[in-house]
Amino acid sequence: MKPPPFEYCAPRSLKDAVDILASDPAAMVLAGGQSLIPALNMRFAAPSKLIDIQHVAGLKGISIEGGKIVVRAMTRHRELELNDGVFRVNPLIRETMAHVAHVPIRNRGTVVGSLCHADAAAEMPSILLVTGGSVIAESPRGRREIPASDFFQFHMTTSREPDEIIVEAHFPVLPQGAGWAFKEFTRRHGDYAIAAVAAIVTRDGARDVVSLSACGVASRPIRLETCEQIFAAEGFTDASFKAAAAAAREYVTAPDDIHATTNYRRDLLASLVVRTVEKALARSR
Amino acid sequence: MNRAKIRQNLPAKSADPTTKIELTVNGEAVTAEVSTRMLLSDFLRHGLGLTGTHVGCEHGVCGACTVLIDGVAGRSCLTFAVQAAGCQVRTIESVANKDGSLHPLQEAFRECHGLQCGYCTPGMIMNILSSFNSSAPLDLSDEGIRDIISGNLCRCTGYANIIAAVRQAAKAMALG
Amino acid sequence: MSTRMFGARVQRNIDPQLLVGAGAYVDDIPLAGALHVAFVRSPFARAKIKSISTEFAAQHPGVAAVYTCDDIGALDLELPQLIPHPCMNSPRTQRPLARGDVYYVGQTVAMVVAVDRYTAEDAAALVEVDYDPLPVEIDLEKAILDSAPLVHPTHPNNIAADLVQISGDPDNAIAGAEHVTRIRVQVDRSTAAPMECRAVAAIFDAVTGELTVWDGTQGPIAIRGGLASIFNLDEDKVRVIAPHVGGGFGQKVLLFYPDELLVPFAAMQLGRPVKFIEDRRENFIGSSQERTQIHNIELYAKKNGEVVALVDRFLHDTGAFIPYGIAVAQVASTSIAGPYRIPNIRVEFKAVYTPTVVVTPYRGCGRPQANFAIERAMDKLAEELGLDRFEVRRRNLVADHEFPYLRKGLVFADGLPVSLDSGQYHKALQLLAEKLDPLAFAAEQRAAREAGRYLGLGLSFYVEGTGLGPYEGGHIKIHPITGKVYVNTGLTSQGQGHDTVFAQIVADQIGVAVSDVILVEGDTKAFDWGVATFASRAAVVSGNAIHKSALIVRKKTLAAAANMLEVGPDDLELRDGAAWIKGSNRSVSLAAIATATNPLRYAFNESAKAATQFAPASKHDGPPLAEGQHPGLEATDYYSPPSATWAYGVHGAIVEVDPDLCAVKIKRYVCIHDCGNMINPMIVEGQVMGGIAQGIGGAMYERIEYDTEGNLINANFVDFLVPYATEIPAVEILHLETPSPLNPLGVKGVGEAGCIPVAAVIASAVEDALRPLTDEYFYHAPITPSAIHTALSKKAASAT
Repeated sequence: MKPPPFEYCAPRSLKDAVDILASDPAAMVLAGGQSLIPALNMRFAAPSKLIDIQHVAGLKGISIEGGKIVVRAMTRHRELELNDGVFRVNPLIRETMAHVAHVPIRNRGTVVGSLCHADAAAEMPSILLVTGGSVIAESPRGRREIPASDFFQFHMTTSREPDEIIVEAHFPVLPQGAGWAFKEFTRRHGDYAIAAVAAIVTRDGARDVVSLSACGVASRPIRLETCEQIFAAEGFTDASFKAAAAAAREYVTAPDDIHATTNYRRDLLASLVVRTVEKALARSR
Repeated sequence: MNRAKIRQNLPAKSADPTTKIELTVNGEAVTAEVSTRMLLSDFLRHGLGLTGTHVGCEHGVCGACTVLIDGVAGRSCLTFAVQAAGCQVRTIESVANKDGSLHPLQEAFRECHGLQCGYCTPGMIMNILSSFNSSAPLDLSDEGIRDIISGNLCRCTGYANIIAAVRQAAKAMALG
Repeated sequence: MSTRMFGARVQRNIDPQLLVGAGAYVDDIPLAGALHVAFVRSPFARAKIKSISTEFAAQHPGVAAVYTCDDIGALDLELPQLIPHPCMNSPRTQRPLARGDVYYVGQTVAMVVAVDRYTAEDAAALVEVDYDPLPVEIDLEKAILDSAPLVHPTHPNNIAADLVQISGDPDNAIAGAEHVTRIRVQVDRSTAAPMECRAVAAIFDAVTGELTVWDGTQGPIAIRGGLASIFNLDEDKVRVIAPHVGGGFGQKVLLFYPDELLVPFAAMQLGRPVKFIEDRRENFIGSSQERTQIHNIELYAKKNGEVVALVDRFLHDTGAFIPYGIAVAQVASTSIAGPYRIPNIRVEFKAVYTPTVVVTPYRGCGRPQANFAIERAMDKLAEELGLDRFEVRRRNLVADHEFPYLRKGLVFADGLPVSLDSGQYHKALQLLAEKLDPLAFAAEQRAAREAGRYLGLGLSFYVEGTGLGPYEGGHIKIHPITGKVYVNTGLTSQGQGHDTVFAQIVADQIGVAVSDVILVEGDTKAFDWGVATFASRAAVVSGNAIHKSALIVRKKTLAAAANMLEVGPDDLELRDGAAWIKGSNRSVSLAAIATATNPLRYAFNESAKAATQFAPASKHDGPPLAEGQHPGLEATDYYSPPSATWAYGVHGAIVEVDPDLCAVKIKRYVCIHDCGNMINPMIVEGQVMGGIAQGIGGAMYERIEYDTEGNLINANFVDFLVPYATEIPAVEILHLETPSPLNPLGVKGVGEAGCIPVAAVIASAVEDALRPLTDEYFYHAPITPSAIHTALSKKAASAT
């Protein structure tokens, strides 16, 4: 399973990278390669050119500024996962990342790469969604911010324009006192999710705010808005959990496949919503 | 006996464009001209003759090809040789001591019967060493060790003896 | 005599080499200027080939040659049918490169040879094949209907073989039965998935006329014979080497895969070394698979649970061709009654062609399927009669005094009626009961249910016919310079540790360290009488052959040493690499003895001086080499087993099922097994544990998925779920050692033991766990979360 031929370049500046991409619509950006290279080895993709951005200045590192965790394009999963500063302000990230493939993949693969790959069963897109994060796209037309809710369109499809390079992802820090949890069901450890739920519970005096996202159950990661509204309206009672579980089922659109039937996914998602919200609630202050 | 034929004029090289790369492999500086699409696994094995790194799937799931890239485990089948330019790569061939004696982890594998066919073993060992070297805390419980090796498939051992080997090695190396 | 090595947990000789990455698997062998192969494979399960154009591929830069069926001369044949049997109707085998028709997705249609694999794959994509797709039926039960499209027009209802076997008088027994239990069970297709895919490399030396082939095969001698015959070469001009091999599990015993003929052919044609290194996708669509069977099994019993008759009808999926004959179905059918008396049996199977990858043995070879059928049926029988599952088995197990227990009419793979030679079946079951404590568990289960948790206990008892003939050999030679002992046999290893296990046998007889016994096997130049590694036979057949040779070498050594030390052979013992006069410190080294027994004319070192024909130590009456005496300390002997020898065991597990997530967690897994005398318990445990891991794979995770068009949709490790360490629990293994009465070492095979009963154990346990929540049974392996969900939904549906 060897990749097809391609041209290769490793620009040193973002401008060069953007220009090269803009000039060649069949080119693809190579960051960590943990999603792209398997696709090339299986000859599912045949780009004319790979633009390796690992040497582009300004794409490394993590910073926390203005209530957001800024993750740059060449930041490996493992860097974000082990960063204690990030863990202090958003522990949901570390809890989730333990489920992203396996450590050697996380050592090389990048967070932004995973977001751009946009597998509907991948975990990090779901986290970007549940935290209300965004990505920053750079193109010959300049820079723009794309909220998570707009970014993930369909299986393997984002709203990134063909001549845009995603240079950063912004994950908001969790609100003060918020509880969080991530739960996933897979057949084997490290597999893509059959279903997974991320929950953030903020108890703000009179109002409870629940942010809930799921992956693996539809053609892209989704917010479970109906469930969120049930908790916001009714609080956390046996009745509201039951109603939220029932509502969650409606969000499953993935067809029967070799790993799970739709009916099973529905019940699975319902159970995961209950368990994840319970855990997030227990952690909230 | 067949009549000898004129030696055929068969191709010797591929038409792939090549790139010059410089990297460090097992502590030695290496300069090579590689096809741009050559996988690091193939470069190590056939370009450099370091056949200890094995190829099991070429889609990143089995872990047989695991090496250290800049100190941490990575799948050499999911890395192009050109991406490794300027990197420090370490393979299984660098693990034993210079006098040929085995590293404590290799000793532990032997004592615990942690290998049978040996094909997954180099990748398994490089991954474990990466965990031993990592800044993340080392969990040597049954669950913790299973998690450490969770990205390496083994079809022969059923993993039990590998887990024992990891625990024994960590103890011998005063880790965890 | 020094400490006995037989039975000791000796570390393996081979490990240091493998641990430092110095193993030599086929793709590691450096062959200068090698060309590489990629295949064009059929994308259709069943189609006519209208035309093939290789023009563009052949012109692609870096391509040496492109072959179709028209370009391979004598190789354009139907590959050998390896194991004939009268129940097969005109068995069909495939051609190395398809001619006119393709029969499964993945079948080889054309071969590209190029400077590297990357280029070969590029060129393979340029071969243009025009196909006319034909309708297909993948489902086994539908494939035998009159309406099903035929894989081979020569085979109505896609029946490849049909065999009925009868033991005892089932009709009569059925008439007198008081109860019948009837169930249908299904086991789905899996694949061996060894970590190293298959690989073949060949080089033809035009000067010597020798063809050398490296092949990750389990049967190099058989490959050599076939190559010599098909290429019309003398056997001694063909050398086949199975170097280090990264797992076989049966997949690598089939011969010939097309590449095993085509690669040597290309090497000879092109005058360059040629390599085919199969990739993982190809392993899924081109290398053989196994397991699909559907059994309808009936147990006729008395009300006390004693089974008087068994009737089983099963369908066996053989894939598109049947090169290995009925082996898998035959082993399944003859194992169907397991360890139970059941004196009356009628078992019938139909082997069915489906347009899928060819089915040949994978570890277990039909035993897992048979075990699933009989053990699920025994559980159901117990339930219907209100008996405990352990008790119903007790009432049926063959008792110690009943061995050997014969099943006339069921002919096993050794060509003989099944004869269970020895065992302590009741003791094994008792040990399991002691370990799992079913009574205590029942209380634990009740308490858990009240807390809304679902625990279950499952068990399964298996038998394993092992040690098949026809024979193996052992050649032993003590080296005159080093005194080390060199051993050869016709087998080859894919991780089983032959180099150590056989060394232990020799070390005991010759008195050397295990590490001073050097095994060279898997090379037809080193030893070429023998069969192959498969069916759990190495320890029994090669082990005993090597033991017999070692006895001869021991005798020669003692006689020669006695002559040199001027005592009787009984006054000597062999230990620490020398012969010692008992109770003294007078000794002579093996190296010296080996030298001395080879009367020389020319001395090249001190030892040799002592051996020259005129030296004092060589003095005796008569010629330097007596009549009938051979020089050196060397012997070759063979062992041909009289029949298979039957290992057995019983596994049990405690699981917890989460009915919301439909997840199964194995909390305890216990294995009681008996493979007779164990040569190296550490290696035995490794084999058992590895087998159990594959068994768990088959029980819960692994299923080869074909869509209705015959496309293999999970031909990769992302979607075909081989378990990681996180999916395999810790296992408690207990050994019983009931020696086999059939061979001098008293050993039985163990290679396949671990995987045989696992699916039945898991099904039994999951069913037990979920009984309060559903009336459904688990009769379909693998048991997936979706299957659990479906079962639970049925109860929910019926409750409303």
